[in-house]
Amino acid sequence: MPRRTHIQTTLNGEEIDFLCEPRQSLLEVLRDELGLTGTKEGCNNGNCGACSVLMDGRVVNSCCVLGVEAEGSEVVTIEGVAEGDTLHPLQQCFLEEAALQCGVCTPGFIVAAKALLDSEPDADEARVRHWLAGNLCRCTGYDKIVRAVLKASEMEEVSA
Amino acid sequence: MKEIDYLAPSSLGEAYAALQNGKTSAFLAGGTDIIVQLREGRKQVDQLIDVKHIPELTSYAWTDDGGLEIGASVPFAEIYEDDEIVRRLPCVIDCATLVGGIQIQSRACFGGNIGNSGPAADTVPALIALGATLTLGSAGGTRELALEDFFTGPGQNVLEPGELIIKINIPPQPANSGAFFHRFIPRNEMDIAVVNVGARIDLDASGERIEGARISVGAVAPVPLYVAAAGDALVGETPTEDTFARAADIAADAATPITDMRGSIAQRVHLTRVLTYRALDRALERAREA
Repeated sequence: MPRRTHIQTTLNGEEIDFLCEPRQSLLEVLRDELGLTGTKEGCNNGNCGACSVLMDGRVVNSCCVLGVEAEGSEVVTIEGVAEGDTLHPLQQCFLEEAALQCGVCTPGFIVAAKALLDSEPDADEARVRHWLAGNLCRCTGYDKIVRAVLKASEMEEVSA
Repeated sequence: MKEIDYLAPSSLGEAYAALQNGKTSAFLAGGTDIIVQLREGRKQVDQLIDVKHIPELTSYAWTDDGGLEIGASVPFAEIYEDDEIVRRLPCVIDCATLVGGIQIQSRACFGGNIGNSGPAADTVPALIALGATLTLGSAGGTRELALEDFFTGPGQNVLEPGELIIKINIPPQPANSGAFFHRFIPRNEMDIAVVNVGARIDLDASGERIEGARISVGAVAPVPLYVAAAGDALVGETPTEDTFARAADIAADAATPITDMRGSIAQRVHLTRVLTYRALDRALERAREA
């Protein structure tokens, strides 16, 4: 049985601890150890952004982070974006603008876009497109996603 | 990924000790390359040494004489979010904002980009143009060397066993100087350079004559090139289309690229000439604004 390390972290606002092997990525820990399957595995090599999570306020590819690196950090996944039953404006706008088809890239896009709007609520289209360059979508052609993010940025809850 | 040990030393001394414990090691900074390499079996080591808890590697500071020292594991995002660096060293921002997407820039760092020693590393021509040096450390002490002397081949460098990159030192830039980093990729974002060029121009007080220039080209040789002859050819000249074209020709002559999926030999030589010219032109603009 491989040795497992005890890690303490804040996940979606809650202090938790878990055991993991050093070789496990944060993505594997989230999905396989903690049952948070909202974060998706796309390429598993840092290209597609489907596994995007926030780590200490910055958006990272969780496939390129080790679970043990989460010690003492604050992690936010797609499961931590909504307030209870109330969708985040980004989630609402993705639905209204039909900004998803197969849905595998969607959690990563929403988490990455949240990081942008949290720090730059007035981001314009060029900024949104540039920021989301690390998130790949093979269905929508991106326009609907960009429209959804821009629409969310105009909602009071985000820009307030 | 195979089983692996994870160490997170909180001092250089602890890191040096970890490097000498008889196991094979790799450094973990941003993790955007090493974690993928280990997972895909392209690299195998006994232990990962996380260098993000060592104060010398995780901080950056201006020196008294106006240079900038950047700890090897400071993420790019932390650098380009600093307004003073944006204002004083825009060439650093040129490259830091081009490596990967936002997710990569949250973690990836100068030390990692340099330590990987890829011929197309985007931060390297920019830093060579700025005259950067590296501080390397081991249990035996530290040493400093010019960045252009660090690389020995694709993925190869002069780091000795037991040694690590502590920081990147950007010296104070001359007055009336400007630098620019230029990259060609087939799309707008998220790709590896076909060719990349860093250039710095130092003007005299009148702004009419070139006192010094440094030109570096990447992805056209086994290591990033510092083309001293191209910069030297500009010394004493006035900045004109002709003098820049001559320097660009010298840079193109120094290129010995290969043909691969990203570009052909002919395209890369051509790009070296074009990008060198344009980088000089933009560096000149910045020198005149300085």
